[in-house]
Amino acid sequence: MGSLGPEEWQAVLLSLQVAAVATLASLPLGVIVALILARGRFVGRPLLDGLVHLPLVLPPVVTGYLLLSVFSPRAPIGQFLDDSLGLVLAFRWTGAALAAAIMGFPLMVRAIRLGIEAVDPKLEAAAATLGANRAWVFATVTLPLILPGILAGAVLAFAKALGEFGATITFVSNIPGETQTLPSAIYAFLQVPGGEPAALRLVAVSIALAMAALAISELLARRMRRRR
Amino acid sequence: MSLSVRLRHPFPGLMLDVAFTAPGGVTALFGRSGAGKTSVIQAVAGLLRPREGRIALDERVFLDTKAGRALPPHRRRMGYVFQEGRLFPHLSVRRNLRYGAWFAGGAAAETFDAVVALLGLEALLDRAPGDLSGGERQRVAIGRALLARPRMLLMDEPLAALDAARKAEILPYLERLRDEAKIPILYVSHAIEEVARLASTIVVLEAGRVAQAGPAAALLADPAAVPLLGVRDAGAVVTAIVRAHAPDGLSELALGSERLVLPGVSAMPGTPLRLRIPAQDVILATARPEGLSALNVLPATILGLQSGTGPGVMVQLQLGDTQILARVTRRSADALQLAPGRSCYAILKSVAIAPVDIGGIVPPR
Repeated sequence: MGSLGPEEWQAVLLSLQVAAVATLASLPLGVIVALILARGRFVGRPLLDGLVHLPLVLPPVVTGYLLLSVFSPRAPIGQFLDDSLGLVLAFRWTGAALAAAIMGFPLMVRAIRLGIEAVDPKLEAAAATLGANRAWVFATVTLPLILPGILAGAVLAFAKALGEFGATITFVSNIPGETQTLPSAIYAFLQVPGGEPAALRLVAVSIALAMAALAISELLARRMRRRR
Repeated sequence: MSLSVRLRHPFPGLMLDVAFTAPGGVTALFGRSGAGKTSVIQAVAGLLRPREGRIALDERVFLDTKAGRALPPHRRRMGYVFQEGRLFPHLSVRRNLRYGAWFAGGAAAETFDAVVALLGLEALLDRAPGDLSGGERQRVAIGRALLARPRMLLMDEPLAALDAARKAEILPYLERLRDEAKIPILYVSHAIEEVARLASTIVVLEAGRVAQAGPAAALLADPAAVPLLGVRDAGAVVTAIVRAHAPDGLSELALGSERLVLPGVSAMPGTPLRLRIPAQDVILATARPEGLSALNVLPATILGLQSGTGPGVMVQLQLGDTQILARVTRRSADALQLAPGRSCYAILKSVAIAPVDIGGIVPPR
């Protein structure tokens, strides 16, 4: 087996980068959507709920294809992003991050939503009688109480992003150094003769990262339970 | 300081329709569970938006549905003490206490220390709310509401979740609050002993309506109000001044010009106490009895009799310058020919007045 070669390291670091960017960039939106789903009372709520969960049930290749048809430089939105912001997503690592974020989003929202639903609204009412307006109630009572849920959601989304394959390879392909993440690299190594030892090393890294993410999420869940 | 409340709100199975004024001091909202007490207090705090009504504290209008005005809770500054405390689990006791002060522009250090001392919270400051007993939690909740510098305190059955020992522990703190902090309090309760000890005004709610309202002493001594308060719980509240403590463990108090002997109270001589005299523990005699074990034989004049559906009669007595109630059977009332204007003797066993019925300092009139 031995240690990781430069190409393998590249895949590991790129994966971590893609997963971190995907998680951090989608977190604020995840909190907002979870709040809307947990507290909002409006007609379109089931629709939003379904939309958020769609990537979970759709074949990842389909998600990747849809992303490609929206964000390809020849599609209107992709063209607009390129012209106005200079942002190209297709076949770039940023696109890999977008695909990973979308695939991890349902898991993230679910975990945060559970955290929000566990907060007693009576505590928020108590804060209001003590002089806190809605923004302060959220910042000083709601947010600290749902923090473990937010962290758990972030860990889940991060782990999902590390392992995302189908949507990524469809949307941004498998370019070493640009879009070749851990799963794509393992897949690529398995396609060439003699690539198996490298693939096995990356498999070991993947297992270690997944276990670490699970352990952290379990720890956070336990802390959240102790609060109540 | 005076709170005026008028509101109508439909609930499933109950039409809440109340109007009353809380003139300062402690106003008790008394009634059975389901009478609408909590809804009224929530509307005053702004946590419930009634269908229609007007709520104002002096000139400050909190709610006026006709004018389309409803102040949000955080701008009303009503200190709300909830039945279950509702302390923030992620903050220490100290930070819970400071929470409201921060929005009120920061309480001065002396105020914080004063409230901590008033409620005996010194030892709890660095603990987490989850580690507190029910009584401790309630004291912290009261302190937290006080430190937000409220215009008024709203207390929703703050003692209901506690056992008798914890209640006895907190009641003196509430009395100090009433007499020292001088903040008007709206106090929701279904326990007559609490109401009798604390209230200066009583509003009795029954099925969503105000059944009776008035000054506490007059209402508690009014036989007509007895059916609302519960016959077994009836009893007038009188003020007596501690005179002396006898070596045999009894205390002598002055009730007007009469002498009252009670099991030892801890208050110093000269201290006025508020006593609830349970009507069913008062015996009436038409002549001064001899050879009697009861130590209190007080000359009185009958003011009126009120009989209900049961076999009992509620007799209202003038005793010096105060009034008390006595509950006797209709048979006895007939046999003794009790009638208004007649003089008699009210007999009370010393031990009939329970410690929970003996309250601290008398509220300023």
